[in-house]
Amino acid sequence: MRNQYVFVVLILILFAGSLFVALPIDHPLWLEEGLAPGVDTQRDIRELTLGLDLKGGTQVLLEAEISEDQPLPEDALNSAKIIVEQRVNGLGLAEPTVQLQGERRMIVELPGVKNPDQAIETIRSTGQLEFVDLGGQPVRPDDFINTTNRPEAVLALQEAIIAGEAAPQSIPFPDETFETIMTGDILQAVVATQDEYSFWQIQFDLKGESSGDFFTYTRDNIGEVLAIVLDGRVLSTPVINAAINDNGVITGDFSQDEAESLAIQMRYGALPIPLEVVDVRTIGASLGQDSIDRSLQAGIVGGALVLLFMVLLYRLPGLLATVALAIYVTLNLAMYKLMPVTLTLPGIAGFILSIGMAVDANILIFERMKEELRSGRSLRLAVETGFSRAWPAIRDGNLSTLISCAVLYWFGNNFGASVVKGFAITLSVGVLLSMFTAVFVTRTFMRGFLSTQGERLLGSRGLLGY
Amino acid sequence: MYRLVERRRLWFLISLLGILPGILFMIWNISSAGTLLPLSIDYTGGTQWEMRFSEPVAPTALGSVFVEAGFTDTKAFLVDDERTVQVKFKNIDMAQKEVIEQAIVERFGEFDERLYRSIGPAIGAEVSQAALLAVIAASVLILAYIALAFREISHPFRYGVAAIAALVHDVLITVSFLSIMNLVLGWELDALFLTATLTVIGFSVNDTIVIFDRIRENLRRHRGEPLAMVANRSIIETAQRSIATQVTALLVLAAILIFGGSTLRIFMATLIVGLVSGTYSSIFTATPLVVAWEEGSFLPKASKAVRAREQTAPA
Repeated sequence: MRNQYVFVVLILILFAGSLFVALPIDHPLWLEEGLAPGVDTQRDIRELTLGLDLKGGTQVLLEAEISEDQPLPEDALNSAKIIVEQRVNGLGLAEPTVQLQGERRMIVELPGVKNPDQAIETIRSTGQLEFVDLGGQPVRPDDFINTTNRPEAVLALQEAIIAGEAAPQSIPFPDETFETIMTGDILQAVVATQDEYSFWQIQFDLKGESSGDFFTYTRDNIGEVLAIVLDGRVLSTPVINAAINDNGVITGDFSQDEAESLAIQMRYGALPIPLEVVDVRTIGASLGQDSIDRSLQAGIVGGALVLLFMVLLYRLPGLLATVALAIYVTLNLAMYKLMPVTLTLPGIAGFILSIGMAVDANILIFERMKEELRSGRSLRLAVETGFSRAWPAIRDGNLSTLISCAVLYWFGNNFGASVVKGFAITLSVGVLLSMFTAVFVTRTFMRGFLSTQGERLLGSRGLLGY
Repeated sequence: MYRLVERRRLWFLISLLGILPGILFMIWNISSAGTLLPLSIDYTGGTQWEMRFSEPVAPTALGSVFVEAGFTDTKAFLVDDERTVQVKFKNIDMAQKEVIEQAIVERFGEFDERLYRSIGPAIGAEVSQAALLAVIAASVLILAYIALAFREISHPFRYGVAAIAALVHDVLITVSFLSIMNLVLGWELDALFLTATLTVIGFSVNDTIVIFDRIRENLRRHRGEPLAMVANRSIIETAQRSIATQVTALLVLAAILIFGGSTLRIFMATLIVGLVSGTYSSIFTATPLVVAWEEGSFLPKASKAVRAREQTAPA
């Protein structure tokens, strides 16, 4: 039985580890960085990630406004996503997301947005690309500037920042207006390519009718910096190396992603396809808080009732099962943070139902154990038979639940029913973990108890409740 | 030994009584409204708007603002308390929303937007098709799994079919429940109801499998015993577990129903009805069906079946 002690210790270490992850405390840097591999930033796991229905916010489903039988231009939706992402990031919200869904739609989530209607308008609006003469001023990418084409750009942004509808931006020259040389209309084709040394660059062709003006300007300003500006925001500040007649390249220290992103923005200063709002859902912050409070209350009351019931009905095994259940709950919370799972209201429902499944597994085992004890088997044998005989039912039941979860997940993923998806994720994570805690953890505890306290247990029917 | 599966006439009659209201309602609804069940805006498209004011507001007064704006089929009702009103009407765009919002603020003062949802009809239709597909796909997969899990005993396919019959039974019971609640409180079939139904399916199959698993085991242990006897024995042996599981599940669900707030109320009530139905159907639908298939008679008189069995049973 020495193995049992090893297992007990291992379970306790796992419990301590998951408790550490689950608690709302500051976590060491290596853990947070390890959770975001390949990215420079670490992931904060102090709190659980809550869905819009719990923390409040707006979810918008946008659809390409092109008739169903007409195919979308290749990559149009991807390009639109990049542009929408940029606009969304400009709104100054914590962790907004943009996800493609199917071939014609994207979901935009705006947590904690104050004025959803206006935010949606900003996302759908058409932007304009400009080539701007900087007059030798030190302007950098991501700065905001006024141009002769958009003289109010900075003012509008400043008002939005004050109203809390946009994130603070760098505005180096609030009072100056720079001269627009050309707008993005003159661009015919823009692609990201690699030069002979494998450096990423952006290649562009100009439309014939306007290239004359551009040629004159670039010829007269070789060595000067030109700014490429979208909706007042500077995208790039290349140096003019030669007069540009009908095509040119922008070189720089670009990564592939940067080059492609810039090419897309130059190609589609405006959205490549018109987007239509087909589904919008706003949950007020007060309703979200209400839901959290109520779920918490329901969880505590429900949990206490189950605990009481288990201990009354099954005595000592029931108590061990509730300890296993506490480990189960902690493991679940830790998993939600690590995966990460975005917790929604139906997600909480799925979690609570998975607790029901975990308890059911223990009930199956204990009922079986009582049966074996009543038929006169020794305690040790009754415990082992209880677990082995109950297993097929637990396995088959849980697997069929997982099958329905897979269908639900697929359904939720493909048809924007994120409600259903959240439910399926927490229920399946719960079912998988419950097979571990309700069977393995409870059994290890039972065996450990038997090997030390077996004699005492035999003498007391009350402790076993049969 | 109790004679449970022999009384299947009675059990099937009880099921029929439970299912009938839903069937009648669906026939009535499809002839009057064109859909089997009253669908929420998740499936039909439309707008749902919940507002909390600082003072109590009469839903009818608020509803009249919408009617005046041209939305004649507006429904307005209180949720949670007297200051919170939910309005349902057709799908609108941002500009239309702004106009109505101004009219409301003018008449009733500022409000806290608790919930706003506006969805186009095309999306809704797509979701409802996918929902039907999801139920069918889940059923077929579960049927296949059960046939596989019971492949060692004779006629594993029958067990799969019986489990699916129990599952359909439970779905129909929840439909009956929804129908009655629609007439009483105006409940509609929404995405959460679908989630509840799929959960009920999962639990129903789980319950059925527990009994079938015991039949599988007892068939091995008591070879030569007629299936009816094995089935009765298995039901009795698992009865304690069924009751204990049912009680724990109901404790948790009742807690959520009472404390969980209005958002989850329909979901939880449906789950409770479905769970009770799931336990009933595993004992009184699925198991008798397997026996009936074996004996080739679905609705025997109880006494006749017992006699027939006693003649064939080894003494």
